[in-house]
Amino acid sequence: MTKPGSHAEREGSQAELIRRSLKRRYRKERRFRLYGITAISIALFSLVILFTDIISKGYTGFIKTTVTLEVHLDGELMYLNDASDPEQIAMADFQAPIIKAMQAYFPEATSRADRRELSRMTGSYASNQVRDLLKENPDWLGTTRTIEFPAHDTVSVYVKHSGDPGYSIRLSEQQQRWTDELLSKGVIDTGFNDVFFTSGDSREPSNAGILGALVGSLLTMGITLVIAFPVGVAAAIYLEEFAPSNRLTDFIEVNINNLAAVPSIIFGLLGLAVFIGLFGMPRSVPVVGGLVLALMTLPTIIISSRAAIKSVPPSIREAAEGIGASKMQVVLHHVLPLAMPGMLTGSIIGMAQALGETAPLLLIGMVAFIVEIPDGFFSSATVLPVQIFIWAGSAEQGFVELASAGIMVLLAFLITMNAFAIWLRKRLERRW
Amino acid sequence: MQTADLLPLVLVLAAVAYGFAYMRSRAVAAPLGGIRNLKALPAYYAARAALWCAIPALIILGAWAAFEGKVIQNMVMASLPAELMPQSAGHASLTLSQISNLAAGKLNPAMVPDGISSAAVLLQELREQSSRFKSLLVVLIAVLGGTFAWTRVAPTINARKSVELTLQRLFFVCAAVAILTTIGIVFSVIFETVRFFGKVPMSEFLFGTNWSPQTALRADQVGSEGAFGVIPLFTGTLMISAIAMLIAVPVGLLSAVYLSEYASPRMRSVVKPLLEMLAGVPTVVYGFFAALTVAPFIRDLALMLGLEASSQSALAAGLVMGIMIIPFVSSLSDDVINAVPRSLRDGSLALGATQSETMKNVIFPAALPGIMGGILLAASRAIGETMIVVMAAGLAANLTANPLDSVTTVTVQIVTLLTGDQEFDSAKTLAAFALGMMLFIVTLLLNVIALKVVRKYREQYD
Repeated sequence: MTKPGSHAEREGSQAELIRRSLKRRYRKERRFRLYGITAISIALFSLVILFTDIISKGYTGFIKTTVTLEVHLDGELMYLNDASDPEQIAMADFQAPIIKAMQAYFPEATSRADRRELSRMTGSYASNQVRDLLKENPDWLGTTRTIEFPAHDTVSVYVKHSGDPGYSIRLSEQQQRWTDELLSKGVIDTGFNDVFFTSGDSREPSNAGILGALVGSLLTMGITLVIAFPVGVAAAIYLEEFAPSNRLTDFIEVNINNLAAVPSIIFGLLGLAVFIGLFGMPRSVPVVGGLVLALMTLPTIIISSRAAIKSVPPSIREAAEGIGASKMQVVLHHVLPLAMPGMLTGSIIGMAQALGETAPLLLIGMVAFIVEIPDGFFSSATVLPVQIFIWAGSAEQGFVELASAGIMVLLAFLITMNAFAIWLRKRLERRW
Repeated sequence: MQTADLLPLVLVLAAVAYGFAYMRSRAVAAPLGGIRNLKALPAYYAARAALWCAIPALIILGAWAAFEGKVIQNMVMASLPAELMPQSAGHASLTLSQISNLAAGKLNPAMVPDGISSAAVLLQELREQSSRFKSLLVVLIAVLGGTFAWTRVAPTINARKSVELTLQRLFFVCAAVAILTTIGIVFSVIFETVRFFGKVPMSEFLFGTNWSPQTALRADQVGSEGAFGVIPLFTGTLMISAIAMLIAVPVGLLSAVYLSEYASPRMRSVVKPLLEMLAGVPTVVYGFFAALTVAPFIRDLALMLGLEASSQSALAAGLVMGIMIIPFVSSLSDDVINAVPRSLRDGSLALGATQSETMKNVIFPAALPGIMGGILLAASRAIGETMIVVMAAGLAANLTANPLDSVTTVTVQIVTLLTGDQEFDSAKTLAAFALGMMLFIVTLLLNVIALKVVRKYREQYD
């Protein structure tokens, strides 16, 4: 027999040991928690940085700088006496009246160099603007009109970003003085950039807009939806309801799972080799883009549709079968309508992915410079993310803010689509 | 008529067939005493007629539209006189675009040789003929199909069975699209890759350390050979992916652990959607962020520390790619951690272990295979990611281990090789397909292994 005291003593020392180690263990616990919080903070911090960066870079993209001038459309100055004659229009000098109108504010600027600098206050397409106005209204010749021109990229950068270290001012001292004076007189002004929402791409940032890419995206998404949704739903129905369990079915399932993880650029190679190379379809058209994106989104739609079908309780099927419905009737009349909200939600999320996809479209040539707004499934087009990519890589400084503004438009679409999907799920989802 | 106009026409014809068959089935049923004496409801007879009308016509239309352009092209090229026969693929595409521009009236016929302008006339003619035949054939087949089904509306025939069988087969075809896509991918890369290895030996491609795919336009140019050694691309891809994984794995994993073990339901419901938002941001946005914000920042930071950094450093691309992959890792690990049975956790806690000890010593080892699977999937995504590296990583194939240097990746090279000038036959273009094949094989392997691991792990606890 051991002494009773020593047992209690030993127990006491063990408890003491544990108590002492507790402090260390709790410290470890706190440290572990801290790691978790740090990780989450890093992730959320990146999200915040990303969004503030885009917004701070891009909100100026929604502002345009304009130069409003009283232009005297002097025929003699332009070498033009009949504005309805296309040959004369082709030869005429439309820059001259703009420079003249600027000289009204700066009469001292008459030398060749000054005139060149004056002409670089308005955008490079200002003379085309005058030409188009005259073509439309030949009777304007000889009259004085108030015309609003987009300001030159350099002027716009100076007005919007002087003092911003991210931009370099490329105006001469004289031009800066002029700009300041015209700003104070209200000739140069800033306003909401409606051009951005009403025109296609351009070499000149002040004339470039997102409408062309937006229409291109809509056309492409239209094709994607029309193909991917019915095919995806039908495939899901087959796999869930009709497929016998054999090797072929297994093979299809393995294929779908793998396709979901194939890098998107590989689908671009597929489109290039099969749709363009083998079938001879044209490059850079929404049809090919839509087909490629449809193949890419198909696995997502199939997987989510299958989950939606699986969530329909067997009692519904059994009840329908019990009153004599055929297998197909059970599926089409009962399972499909009940699974539809889930399928729609999955499809919208898949479409949102497709809308943001860039890489495969680069390979099928949707990266071309396209000014016109596409008017059909077979006309050359680009899409929103590709337009952003083009602008982000352009040399003129003005394109950076356009790219971020484009990103905001794209994100607005994506957030709307996702919010709609969530709303749909909340609204229509049934709990069994 | 064009394919785009024929498609609605066929659908209209199908609708007409539906209507006629519906009426006929009612007419057939009337003397018998109502539709209950038919084997199937009138709608099934009608649907059968519509299917008979539309399906064969659409198959013909699809096949015709798919191969029309290529066949006409070949016929036109074959019609060219011998002296105008193009010698190379580049020449051929030039001649072809000349002919089609001429046919479209965008080119003055006086500016090209006679052979070309007569080819343009032939092209125009063939196009019209093809379009006429196509319209005629499609409409004929549609009408014949519809009429056939219309004559077969009889009380003794069970139309429901045939309609249901057809639908089921249609569903199967849709499911088989997944197989067709895979086959399409495999064949489109294999053919070009085999041709590529006809021009560049495989050993040079796989083990060469020099990548400069610029082949010369003229034979007498310096450096006209072009080098296709893939090693620098490989190391570049690996470096950027490794940086990305170094960011994404700890951050993603720890976030998942915190969210599943410590966070209150309210915090979870706020933070999880925010993390998922990170996953929903398009890659081109990350590319923009990497190229215009992170890369200059890193360059300036390195300069301040007295280091030399490229303005297109691997670090910038990898860092941003890591941010992109965080939600991927965290949601996959979250699933896996939640799949660990409650009893393991409770047992450990009951023995007096703290939450972090339970996590580290019980749950984490149990979830490890699943987490490894998730990490492999994330790695495959990093390797295949394109836009971030296209915008933020460089084009120069440097064989370097310095993350502040500029490197290039497999995906960047695919995009660069295929978005420049387009010659379908040059080693340059073919190289892109060879790279695509390597990318496909590597990501496929990673995915297959990852899915196997995850499935095995799931079975363990089911």
